[in-house]
Amino acid sequence: MTDATDVAGLPREKWTGFTTSQYIVCLKGILVREWLRYLSQKERFVSSLVRPLLWLFIFAAGFRQVLGVSIIPPYETYVLYEVYITPGLCGMILLFSGMQSSLSMVYDREMGNMRILLVSPFPRWYLLVSKLLAGVGVSLLQVYAFLAIAWFWDVKAPVAGYVMILPALFLAGLMLGALGMLLSSLVKQLENFAGIMNFVIFPMYFASSALYPLWRVQESSPLLYKICLLNPFTYAVELIRFAFYARIEWTSLVVVMAVTLALLGAAILAYNPARGLTVRKQDMGGSQ
Amino acid sequence: MNRLAYLLAGTIATVIQTGPAWANAVYVSNEKDNTVTVVDSNTMEVTKTINVGQRPRGITISHDGKHLYVCASDDDTVEIIDTATHEIIGSLPSGPDPELFVLSPDGKTLYVANEDDNLVTVIDVEKKRVITEIPVGVEPEGMGISPDGKTMVNTSETTNMAHFIDTSSHEIVANVLVDSRPRFAEFTPDGSQVWISAEIGGTVSVIDNASREVVEKVTFEIQGLRSEAIQPVGVRISADGKKAYVALGPANRVAVVNTETYEVEKYILVGQRVWQLAFTPDGKHLISTNGLSNDITFIDTATDEPIKSVTVGALPWGVTVAPN
Repeated sequence: MTDATDVAGLPREKWTGFTTSQYIVCLKGILVREWLRYLSQKERFVSSLVRPLLWLFIFAAGFRQVLGVSIIPPYETYVLYEVYITPGLCGMILLFSGMQSSLSMVYDREMGNMRILLVSPFPRWYLLVSKLLAGVGVSLLQVYAFLAIAWFWDVKAPVAGYVMILPALFLAGLMLGALGMLLSSLVKQLENFAGIMNFVIFPMYFASSALYPLWRVQESSPLLYKICLLNPFTYAVELIRFAFYARIEWTSLVVVMAVTLALLGAAILAYNPARGLTVRKQDMGGSQ
Repeated sequence: MNRLAYLLAGTIATVIQTGPAWANAVYVSNEKDNTVTVVDSNTMEVTKTINVGQRPRGITISHDGKHLYVCASDDDTVEIIDTATHEIIGSLPSGPDPELFVLSPDGKTLYVANEDDNLVTVIDVEKKRVITEIPVGVEPEGMGISPDGKTMVNTSETTNMAHFIDTSSHEIVANVLVDSRPRFAEFTPDGSQVWISAEIGGTVSVIDNASREVVEKVTFEIQGLRSEAIQPVGVRISADGKKAYVALGPANRVAVVNTETYEVEKYILVGQRVWQLAFTPDGKHLISTNGLSNDITFIDTATDEPIKSVTVGALPWGVTVAPN
């Protein structure tokens, strides 16, 4: 163990901050841990794939005749319903994955692993961002596995789309991961995760352009249309949708980036023991 | 230095070879708003709309690309449009309610199906006069002509027959019974077969041109669609004779049929109530008219994937592409 006066094995007066390689070691450690945990949970991989595939194979098949999808950008001709919802299902994988990491953070906190992570001498924001990157990395793998299966289901995009979708997925994954992180700081116990499911995942998913184009939502309910427009998940889905067809949707890009920064800032703040939400919550917990 | 010259020459040659395809004008007849829409086959954008007579349906172009012929069904005439000026420069005496027609391979004779009075009118295009009228079955519609120009096939919607007509004697030489409501007749490029679509029967009958017998019946099945929604209409066969494309009406799909096995290889999703089809001269694109969604869909024939749908006028019916 390092002495209290030492930081990273160096006397305090000689220490000028962590080197880049030390930051990388830290990031690698967190990534490897997340990766190992992911590998050890085969069920998680399977369930993360089964969920969107159920939507693709069953839900989309049942609705393909009912919901005629008109031509809207980025599509230049008529598409089947399963083609329309595929980007939304990619978004769903990221959404569930983001929430899953938030669940694992609550678990870590309960089990005490979180304390080990947070007492590391690296800046807290860096630890949290590393944790976020680890989660996004795993979810990107899930999305590509899903797209590979969808390819055999005749949901295909140009080759450039499979490359361009990567930064879009990454950004959307960061946004949803940051949201999960913020929520994990608010959720006190593992049991409350069902609440996240009902109050966050489902409303975000259904009140978006993931399942139906917004013009159709507007036709049936102008109020729901406005809600969809306020939902950042809508922009994440549209960003992914356009990227899948090798195009950039600038509004979505700006919105997703802004929301990511805001959520990430809030999450870092919430995990700050000095003034964060964790303190307040502990106070509340103590008074119970 | 020499190497550079070679490199440059090579680059230029590549650019020329792979350069943009020559743009052809695509002409679409819009049955409801009495117009013909002109679409650029390269940019896939509408370039002009021409006002024509009432209820334009059948549409074709002279082999030199100078004249466009349009059946103005409710005006009982075939209008001639100059493709350079987009002006109507004359008309042909088609007889009442012309619906579909076919131009002879030499470009001199136009065979018109007169839906209301059970006739096929034969018109001399140059002299603009009727050569003869051939009585056929009830409600004649589909018109196909063999590549050698010797045999013309007309289908009658109510009689459910394909009438084989000798173009020199103007006599019916054979009648072949097909399925209910035959809509369209298309010869294979080698002239050995005629493919006849039956709208209500939901099939395409393949008739041998030598024996004049149905040798095969192509059937269609689309998962999740009632069989009544599958109504074959327009048929086009690729220049190499390997693939036949069949427009399936309210099924909103174009079927790709292997002409050797007669199996459907693929269903291509297009707009609503797909009606007629036309190839671009280079055979790289197929264009479908989608009546109820008021658009046409460009299909890549190499991959059989739809590329783009372009909004045209109201109720697009027929389509033809300029040869040059």
